[in-house]
Formats: sequence, C-alpha cells, structure tokens
Amino acid sequence: MGETVIEKIIRNNVGKAVKPGDIVTVNVDRVMIHDIFIPFVAEKFKEMGFTKLWDPDKVVLIYDHLVPASQLDDTRHFHVGDEFAKKFGMKNVHRSDGICHQLMTEAGYVKPGNVVFGTDSHTTTYGCVGAFSSGIGYTEMASILGTGTMWIRVPETIKIVIDGELPENVMSKDVILRIIGDLTAAGATYRSLEFTGSTVKNMSVASRMTMSNMAIEAGAKCALFTPDEKTAEYCGIELDDFQKSLAGDEDAVYMKTLTYRAEDFVPVMACPSQVDKIRPVEEMEGTEIDQVFIGSCTNGRLEDLQAAAEVLKGKKVADYVKLIVTPASRKIYRQAADMGILDILAEAGAMITHPGCGLCCGRAGGILTDGERVVATNNRNFLGRMGTSKVQIYLASPRTAASCAVAGKIVNPVMGE
Amino acid sequence: MEKFTGKVWVLGDDIDTDIIIPTEYLALKTIDDMKQYGFSPLRPELAGQIRKGDIIVAGKNFGCGSSREQAPEIIKALGIQCVIAKSFARIFFRNSINNGLLLIEQPTLYDEIKEGDEVTVVLNEHVDYNGKQYPIASLPENLMDIIRAGGLVKAMRKLNGLD
Repeated sequence: MGETVIEKIIRNNVGKAVKPGDIVTVNVDRVMIHDIFIPFVAEKFKEMGFTKLWDPDKVVLIYDHLVPASQLDDTRHFHVGDEFAKKFGMKNVHRSDGICHQLMTEAGYVKPGNVVFGTDSHTTTYGCVGAFSSGIGYTEMASILGTGTMWIRVPETIKIVIDGELPENVMSKDVILRIIGDLTAAGATYRSLEFTGSTVKNMSVASRMTMSNMAIEAGAKCALFTPDEKTAEYCGIELDDFQKSLAGDEDAVYMKTLTYRAEDFVPVMACPSQVDKIRPVEEMEGTEIDQVFIGSCTNGRLEDLQAAAEVLKGKKVADYVKLIVTPASRKIYRQAADMGILDILAEAGAMITHPGCGLCCGRAGGILTDGERVVATNNRNFLGRMGTSKVQIYLASPRTAASCAVAGKIVNPVMGE
Repeated sequence: MEKFTGKVWVLGDDIDTDIIIPTEYLALKTIDDMKQYGFSPLRPELAGQIRKGDIIVAGKNFGCGSSREQAPEIIKALGIQCVIAKSFARIFFRNSINNGLLLIEQPTLYDEIKEGDEVTVVLNEHVDYNGKQYPIASLPENLMDIIRAGGLVKAMRKLNGLD
C-alpha cells in the first residue's frame, strides 16, 4: 500500500513499514535546545543519571529568546548552557547568530528525511525541507540526550493541495493563516500536514518555512513539503534516492484532503486573540494601530524584509506608529544590509533590532501595554503574548504589516512602486 | 480501582500555554516562584484560589501553544490533581505524562459542568457528576509505564541503574 511522506520518513528511520497509530521508537538525527530551557534540560539530564551525551555533534544549542539579555537573571541561562556544552563536548553552540529555527536549516543542521526534535513548539519549521521535526519538553529532551531515541505515535496525514498562481499581494503567510482558519486551532492536533500542488512547488524554501512554522498553530505534529531542486540548493546537497522519494504516493491513505485554488486567496489576518480567527484584511480596514512588527522565525527572512522594503521605499512610517524590524538571523541581517534593504527600512523610520525572539515572545524589544494594537508577522496572538493581556495582536504578512505601518491603521497590502 | 474526588474549576476552549504561564515569568528560577502567575492573563486571581486536590475541566485543545514544560509543572504545583478536557494539545500531553500530571479526555462533561461543583474520577473508567457517568478511555500501555515509574525522570534513573 502507498505511503504518505511522514510514513516514508518513519519507515526509513525504524527500518520497517508503519501505519497511523503505531507506536515506534525513532533514532533521532538532530536535536535543538534553546536558551530558555537549557537550565531545565541540564538539570533533568543530571537527575536522570546520564554522564554523557549520546552524540555531542547531533546536539545544537542556540541562544535566541534571551538575546540580548533584557532582565537581571537572563545571562545565567548562557552560563549554564556554556558550562553544559563544555562539560559534554558540544561544538554546535550559537550565542548570537539568530533565531533557532532559522539557524537549524540555514546552518545545515537539518537535511531532508531527518528526524529532529527541539525544545520549542515551532520546531515544525524544518518540514520546509522535508524533515520530520517536532517540539518537545525539556524532560523528554534530556532523555533523548542520553539515549538518542524517542517514542512516537505515527500520525495520520492531512493532505493540502494548492494549485495555481497566488495574487501578487498574497504571501505564503496569508495562505497558512487561511488554512489554519479552515482547520481551526485544534484541527490538526497529533496529525501530519502534507503540502503539495503547483503553488507550493513554485514557492521558495523561505515561503514554505513560514507555512511549516505555523502548522503548530493548528496543532500539527509536523508539516512536510516534498524536497525538490530548491530544497537541494538551499541545503547545499544533492538529493539521494530516499530524499527524492519523499512525496505522498497516489494510493497513500489520507485522513482528509483540503484543496485550494491559489487565485482564491486574499490577504488575511488572525484577529485578537485566536490564531484561527481569520478575517480578510479588507474587512478590518481603518482599525488604528500603535505598532508594527516585522520579524520572527515565521517571517524574518530576506524575502520578507524585501517585501517590506518594496512597500516602504520612499515612504514614511506614520508618525505615531513604531515599526520594529528583526531579521531572523545574522546572515539575513548582513544580506539585507548588502542589498540596501535595511537602509530603505531605516530611512522610512523603522527600528532595526538584532536577530532574536524578544518581541515575539513578549520579553523585550517593543512590548506593549493595555489597549494598544499591533500588526505583527509572528505566529501567535495569544493573550499576553507581546505585552499585557489587553494588547490586541493582529497577525499578518510582511507586506500587509509594512502597508499598515505607512497608513497608521489596518489597510489592504499595497505593492509599492 | 483508583478513585478520587475534587472541586472543579472550569476554563474554556484553547487554553494556551501563554495563559497557563506567560513567557515573562519563564526565566524565574523555580516552579514555586512561577506558580503564582499561573493563568494570570485570563484569571489573575485563580492561582491563589486553587486548593490541593482541585480539578480543572476545560474545552477543546487544552495546553495549545508552546513547548514550555512549566505549563504542566505549574498546574501540578498548584495542587491540581487532574485536568479533564475535550482534547489536549500534543506537546502539552507528552509533557504532562512525563511529569506525572494526569490528563483525561472526556467529550461532554465540559458542556454540563458548573464551576465549584465536585466530580469523582474512577480511573480508566468514568467520571461521576450529578448522578451521571461520563465514560473515559484508558491510556496506552507505554504511557502507563512512564506514569507507573513516576514520570520520565524516574524511568530514566531506573534505566541508568540509579533507583
């Protein structure tokens, strides 16, 4: 019988065919731990009685949520992390290079077909290159560090087919927001999403990354794209036969299939305070805003900054609006600088911050207070996510966000000149 | 047959991990330091009102959002004996099992329950409320093994020959 992409990846990993509902133990190819949780991982690892890592080279430690430190005790996490890395012989440590999910693919830690876990829910991101990746807690991470294995339940698959050409003011963020609205916030819980169709084949890896990243907002365990020549180029590899085979078979069994015509998508936003409360931007037009945020592991990549720059070129941010731009990694920051993108953004009045998670997770760099409204390109608009519980967060694409920054209120995205 | 009774706090659908414990408190040193902020974005007074042995009943997708394991740890530290919800988010579910917080999926109790009432849980069988029985499923064997060991840390200690 045919297999879905996730079934192929798990079969390859465990060496036997699997079906949804099977409980299997996988061999882990790579793990990611970030700064917030490293003290807890280190403590649990010790408590469990382990004395060495199963494979130090497969462990990646990334400081991003607390970079740069904003509160008195934050740097303790770096000291604990550095000590752990030194004690157990870890080489893969990033102290200020960018956001974990960006770095895991950008720095080549994840390859198509890999099985990867991270102490962060947005670990689903690496599905953009066809890897099975999912978030876990720190206790479970500690047990992987000792054993190199983890039990999983083979998920059912929801197939999402998108064909055609997207309207020019629609970005992949609009696509995934619409899909989350259709699936609802719990609609893909425990399930694997599999994206296919001419629209996603034409997307850049960066655009796919936005979609895999946000799949967790529908509860998904992972969100997979079939590796292709773009994936190979992005990862700097040649795809082997197994990696090339990672497409859903014709006769694979899907829990359900959602089919979309690309031409039907419009710019949308997730309105306060649920990720699945999706409305066309047009319906929300005129709502006044206090701040705009363009960045995060969802939308802080070069093409996102480029879209913002197209809109902002020769324009000014409305005078009562704060525009904060955070590239997702140091590499992107430097590319954007070389291409003159940062210059355009700064000229328009943007505050450009160092790569990190600060504002998206409500810890630093532009947090808001009661009654304020923010249009943001990150992935969550939960109560209290970016400041007090009375901040209203509207999630949107970088193009929409930049357009709103100029208008000083919610407006449908414009294309720039 | 294990059986226990507790007073119920009722929360809604999609209770996310930022509600259970906002990111700004995650770098506090201990769970005890954090627990007073539990559920604060939604109900700031709740953490102070919960008593040992109480039970949370909620709607669908409880624990959605981030991978923060402090979420189940705080619920447990506040004294909650189990969470009964229509459904749970995936990472929260694993984290709860690994920390020995009992989760029970029950599709209809939430629609009928009133906050402050008492329910009785008969493990792996049903929940008693208002003279009515609400059936519940039993957990898969591999998860019961972790719970029986007293959580994943203890299971690993056993593996390493420590206990």
